[in-house]
Amino acid sequence: MSTYLNLDGNEAAARMAYLGSEVIAIYPITPSSNMGEWADEWAAQGKPNLWGVVPRIIEMQSEGGAAGALHGALTSGALGTSFTASQGLLLFVPNLYKMAGELTPFVLHVAARALATHALSIFGDHSDVMACRATGCALLASNSVQEAQDMALIAQAATLAGRIPVIHFFDGFRSSHEVAKIVAVAPDTVRAMIDDTLVAAHRARALSPEHPVIRGTAQNPDVFFQSRERINPCYDAFPAIVQAAMDRFAALTGRRYRLFDYVGASDAERLIVVMGSAAETVEETVAHLTARGEKVGLLKLRLFRPLAVEAMLGAIPDSVTRIAVLDRCKEPGAGGEPLYKDVMTAFAEAAADGRRPMPRIIGGRYGLASKEFTPGMVKAIFDELRSAYPRRQFTVGIVDDVTHLSVEWDADFRTDASRRLQHAVFWGLGADGTVSANKNSIKIVGEATALHAQGYFVYDSKKSGAVTVSHLRFGPDPIRSAYLVEEGMAGFVACHQTVFVERYDLLAHAAPGGVFLLNTPVAKDAVWASLPAAMRAGILSRGLRLWVIDAYAVAQQAGMGRRINTIMQTCFFAISGILPRGEALAAIKKAVDKTYGKKSKRLADLNHKAIDLTLAGLHEVSFPGLLDLGDAALDSTAAADLPPFVRDFTLPVYRGEGNRLPVSAMPLDGTFPSGTARHEKRNIALEIPVWEADLCTQCGKCVFVCPHSAIRARAFPLEAATDAPPTFKHVPTRSKDFPSGTRISYQVAPEDCTGCGDCVEACPIHDKSNISRLAVNMAPLAPLRDAERANFDFFLNLPEYDRSQLKQGTLPGAMLLDPLFEFSGACAGCGETPYIRLATQLFGDRMLVANATGCSSIYGANLPSTPYTVNGAGRGPAWSNSLFEDNAEFGLGMRLAADQLMLYAKMLVKETATGIGGDLAEALITADQRPEAGIRAQRERVAELRARLARCDHPRATELESVAEWLIRRSVWIIGGDGWAYDIGYGGLDHVLALSHDVNILVLDTEVYSNTGGQTSKATPVGAVARFSAGGKATAKKDLARIASDYGHVYVATVAYGAKDVHTLKVFHEAEAYAGPSLIVAYSPCIAHGVDMLYNQRQQDMAVKSGHWPLFRHDPRLEATGANPFKLDSAAPSQPMQAFMDSETRFAMLARSHPEVARQLAAEAQQEADRRYRAYAELAARPATPKPE
Amino acid sequence: MIDLSTDYLGLRLKNPLVPSASPLSKSLDSLLLLEDAGAAAVVLHSLYEEELIAEDAMTERFLLHGELHDAEATGFLPDHGNFQGALERYLEHLRLAKLRLGIPVIASLNGVTPSGWIDLGKELQSAGADALELNVYHVAADPLESGDAVEARYVALLTELRRVVEIPVVMKLSPFFSSLPHFVQRLEEAGAAGVALFNRFFQPDIDLQTREMVEQLHLSSREEALLRIRWIAILRSHTSITLAATGGVYGHEEAMKLLLAGADVVHLASCLLAHGPAHLGHILRGMAAWMEEGEYASVAQLKASMSLGHLRDPSALVRQSYIRVLDSFTPRAGVWR
Repeated sequence: MSTYLNLDGNEAAARMAYLGSEVIAIYPITPSSNMGEWADEWAAQGKPNLWGVVPRIIEMQSEGGAAGALHGALTSGALGTSFTASQGLLLFVPNLYKMAGELTPFVLHVAARALATHALSIFGDHSDVMACRATGCALLASNSVQEAQDMALIAQAATLAGRIPVIHFFDGFRSSHEVAKIVAVAPDTVRAMIDDTLVAAHRARALSPEHPVIRGTAQNPDVFFQSRERINPCYDAFPAIVQAAMDRFAALTGRRYRLFDYVGASDAERLIVVMGSAAETVEETVAHLTARGEKVGLLKLRLFRPLAVEAMLGAIPDSVTRIAVLDRCKEPGAGGEPLYKDVMTAFAEAAADGRRPMPRIIGGRYGLASKEFTPGMVKAIFDELRSAYPRRQFTVGIVDDVTHLSVEWDADFRTDASRRLQHAVFWGLGADGTVSANKNSIKIVGEATALHAQGYFVYDSKKSGAVTVSHLRFGPDPIRSAYLVEEGMAGFVACHQTVFVERYDLLAHAAPGGVFLLNTPVAKDAVWASLPAAMRAGILSRGLRLWVIDAYAVAQQAGMGRRINTIMQTCFFAISGILPRGEALAAIKKAVDKTYGKKSKRLADLNHKAIDLTLAGLHEVSFPGLLDLGDAALDSTAAADLPPFVRDFTLPVYRGEGNRLPVSAMPLDGTFPSGTARHEKRNIALEIPVWEADLCTQCGKCVFVCPHSAIRARAFPLEAATDAPPTFKHVPTRSKDFPSGTRISYQVAPEDCTGCGDCVEACPIHDKSNISRLAVNMAPLAPLRDAERANFDFFLNLPEYDRSQLKQGTLPGAMLLDPLFEFSGACAGCGETPYIRLATQLFGDRMLVANATGCSSIYGANLPSTPYTVNGAGRGPAWSNSLFEDNAEFGLGMRLAADQLMLYAKMLVKETATGIGGDLAEALITADQRPEAGIRAQRERVAELRARLARCDHPRATELESVAEWLIRRSVWIIGGDGWAYDIGYGGLDHVLALSHDVNILVLDTEVYSNTGGQTSKATPVGAVARFSAGGKATAKKDLARIASDYGHVYVATVAYGAKDVHTLKVFHEAEAYAGPSLIVAYSPCIAHGVDMLYNQRQQDMAVKSGHWPLFRHDPRLEATGANPFKLDSAAPSQPMQAFMDSETRFAMLARSHPEVARQLAAEAQQEADRRYRAYAELAARPATPKPE
Repeated sequence: MIDLSTDYLGLRLKNPLVPSASPLSKSLDSLLLLEDAGAAAVVLHSLYEEELIAEDAMTERFLLHGELHDAEATGFLPDHGNFQGALERYLEHLRLAKLRLGIPVIASLNGVTPSGWIDLGKELQSAGADALELNVYHVAADPLESGDAVEARYVALLTELRRVVEIPVVMKLSPFFSSLPHFVQRLEEAGAAGVALFNRFFQPDIDLQTREMVEQLHLSSREEALLRIRWIAILRSHTSITLAATGGVYGHEEAMKLLLAGADVVHLASCLLAHGPAHLGHILRGMAAWMEEGEYASVAQLKASMSLGHLRDPSALVRQSYIRVLDSFTPRAGVWR
């Protein structure tokens, strides 16, 4: 009897990979990270592989490192694997050539993902695997979650037999993250598939001093070529080896695969050739069309390399005359994409040989970066094939109004299979547990019934207040629909957050006569009237039934706080009838018990109670059968006074309409305007800070800590406030540094604030008579929003205070500088963004930013939001992201360009001095632009230069005009996280530090790979639990700052603004002022630490006081004066490390799961803190070196 | 040979010294040391309602439902499988203590709300607890809550606990009840097998530097025994349930006084924290010596011999003594009055 599993593609593949491996080298990259995480967790739990041993999991510093380690392990006799995607796979490439050249058997499991080109994308397509087709690795595609499991095993069997390494790939997200019910491969099957004699043969080939050989030689023109050709028989034989493994698998499991699987009409005339998850959608559509007599078919290609041409041709019915070959990648400038060309070549050769007639073959691109690929699109391709002159090259899924390659499709086309399924769509917040509840529901249905289930989860790219849309399907047959639930198909739509009602078109997916379930605090009888007019109209026109529950009230009643996942899940089962109600409730309770297990019986009991209470709180709402709206406007989007780009691109994308934008709406080269984040107005805060002007001492701390630049300060003359809105607050400045009559205002951006409360936590001022009242206090947003919106608009239009008159070295002064980084998508309470904001306040008008891939690049530039913005003069940070691994080098390049072009401009100034005036020329060339005033003066000179050049007839005048702006010094900032700086980019970082170029490197140290979900980096402290170190990090964190300071010529500082804000400010000024390389390592609390980010600053303070994060500066300028360059800026540890560790889940959970290890590592953490402080103290105590005369 | 044995919650104890809930009871090693020093039973550290809730919140937010984010980070911390929560850890400790100790082990529950935690008493019973101490640590700060309602809260929680467990339950009380004898009578009716007097509420302090309320734990002082002596002496005359004295016992002197007043057992915590587990043996030896000197044969003989009902002048325990104490405080000559 078959055992079923309900899991996603990553887990399915990882299960097989784990069993067949001895060494697993990993590195995180979306969407493959989960495979490594599974392997690490299984190893931490002591789960053995096929041979009874726990595989050794090793996280490396990059995919390049993982590839190298794997190569070494394989060539030394171990069985190994790895998991990767996209840029990570590219870093594997050099080693893939080597491993294939040496006939090293292993399987690399790839969740195929787009490669970064004009932009990064984390989503799925075949760009990455197609970039490996020349490596010599076999390329084996899985089309579904089931296949991700099955092919993982088949690949392992085949690589051992044929010795060719296999890249086993499946579509990123669509297959890697889809949860589906699959038939499990039994342990016996794995055992039977893996031939131990082949394993022994692999070991026999291992490098061994017992029978030494030499591998990896250097060869000369005499023999290299022949050696490459020597390998041909292996490639000739490999397809048959793969097929044999597939046949053996079929004999064991009954699931039969072929290198090329044909499905469709036996007399098909039109054929689609495709690989990956799209094959499932095509198969579903082909079944629909053939049932209607259409002569169509599908060739599912599984083994793409080595390409078995004869097998492929043999699989295609002779009746086929027209073929569309679909590629999920783009090869710009090529005559077609790779699969298309291979198919074309195969047929051309066969036709040339006279073996079969030449069909008409066209090539199409689809689904780049997880663009939807639907049955309607499949139908459109078949229709295109039927036309008299089908387009040779086409695209599908987009509207190409530039090169007109796209085929039109019918968005309303639905297959029979789709109509047979039950569809459900759930709108939730990332934090409300909707996704986990739905995964759980799939498990319940999958386990309790014979039904098949599928779940796919769409997340937005925001890190705070992220919206999730869960797409679930249930049906009696395996579900092939590798696309989102279609509009009008969901018999059940649930909205778990009331606020979405006003923001999204929640009913688009709803099927006529279906159910709409709303979680709302509004009483049952008042709900109907509370709904927006458009929604009421939608409910009536679709004939929906409306159900409501106040899930938060039920949660409260059950003692569950604000956790509503189980309640909403219960509602789904209660209403949908997928299972008999009693059975469903029992299953949910059983699932609850399994989830909480020994962790908390109390929580399990509370959930049980909530399940019981839910039914009493769930109501169907009756409403009038007629539309009672009059002619109320259903939608009104004011878009007046907006830049055209924002109106035509940014806002539609914000509204979720990006898929409808045509090709012409896209910038040509991936370049976008700054400052669009301000148009989003997310309104995600429940509470916002309110300034108490009477109490405030105007210290600026609230502005300093705000992660989203949502609270700001500005000084202005009284007359500027003449027309202020009535509730706009402003008071005289307290500092004597301002002319009399100067006013100051601290203003909140109510619709951009995330409500983290960090400003309130930072406020040092208490009402003398009421300690609870601070100078900023949180208050509910709703009653404040309209007034504060007007106040913020007014605030933004106040004149900018003259920067030269502000004391930028003081906190109050610096915080009056406008931030040029605002409203990013970072988490509420993010510990990184205040540092970036600070840099833009101080230096934004001259910043060039090189940003490593990671959180800071995602919240820094995830379309359509561009939080980097401009000042009143239109100047601001110019920002770019190259890669994860090359950011220091990328930033160095920016420095080189700035320096070189300045040099050239100065040369031209010299040449044209007679034309532009000697004094100006001299001043332009010799200007001291280190201080801000110097830059300001140079800008004025450059303006003057331009004016004079316009009147100048010097032959080089035009040339000088084109480079004149480079006469103004640029401040180059190289920004990234610890994953970049400590690990993958360390080589480059080290190189840049070793040079003398003037760059400022800001390392936002969260002590884990935050963006990919908290994997261990070399910055992770000892004793912390993180992904990839589930058993607790056993070694101390690398001391990057200390290492950098050893160079001597590098300005280095560690900072933690929550512990010492003025110190942080001072460090930023010093780093910028230093004309060589500067490194700031900034402690950045992160939600991955397992602590509420409300306590961001408290955690920083504890980190410093415990000695976890000592503060120091190493300033080479001091050495030049004979002073000790090393300054220790924090006191000796005054709190035990244990107290700090107890306050964060990343440490505390180890004490729960592995108490003995936790005790041991906590002791080591204390020793490390003491040791590090002692070492710093010794450095700081070194006597000054007398200044050389 | 002097017979030090006593009855406590229906259990026969070899002597009246029972270490109460303190950090010492968190470690099996120190429990063994206490037993070696002569402890007749031990009360384990409290299983706090708030601790359970806080840990649950952490587990929920950061471990079980970490999916706070975008498509890249569907969680942050690895799933550690079925690791033990606070309750499981407590139960494990209790089981181990029962396994290794030869003396009775009393588990302690500490909470104030009817949020379901009281049901955990059942788990403690199953894990082998010989009795339960219910510590309702309730500071009555709500002006809408009457004194009667405060008492009703205790009674309700006790009733709830009695519903789920069969082992004896001792209520730990604060001294802030307007009519303690009446209240103890209510508790007795609701099924309490004993009361422990008194709970020492942790007194928050003000940090003048930060102007924040800070938690500070101060060890008890000998003077605190006086409050216990009075109320045990009073209660002993009205009730037959177990009376446990807790607070202020540093030497055999306080222990003997409390026994004379009517305590069945004397709890020790601060003195053991200050002087170590072996101090219990020191007190025990002191008691024996004192009894020998006073020619007492057994604890039973002297227990409650100075309770309210056995005093020649009962007013010594009630209002009369107030006047005497005031009178005894006569300023020295020369002090203005």
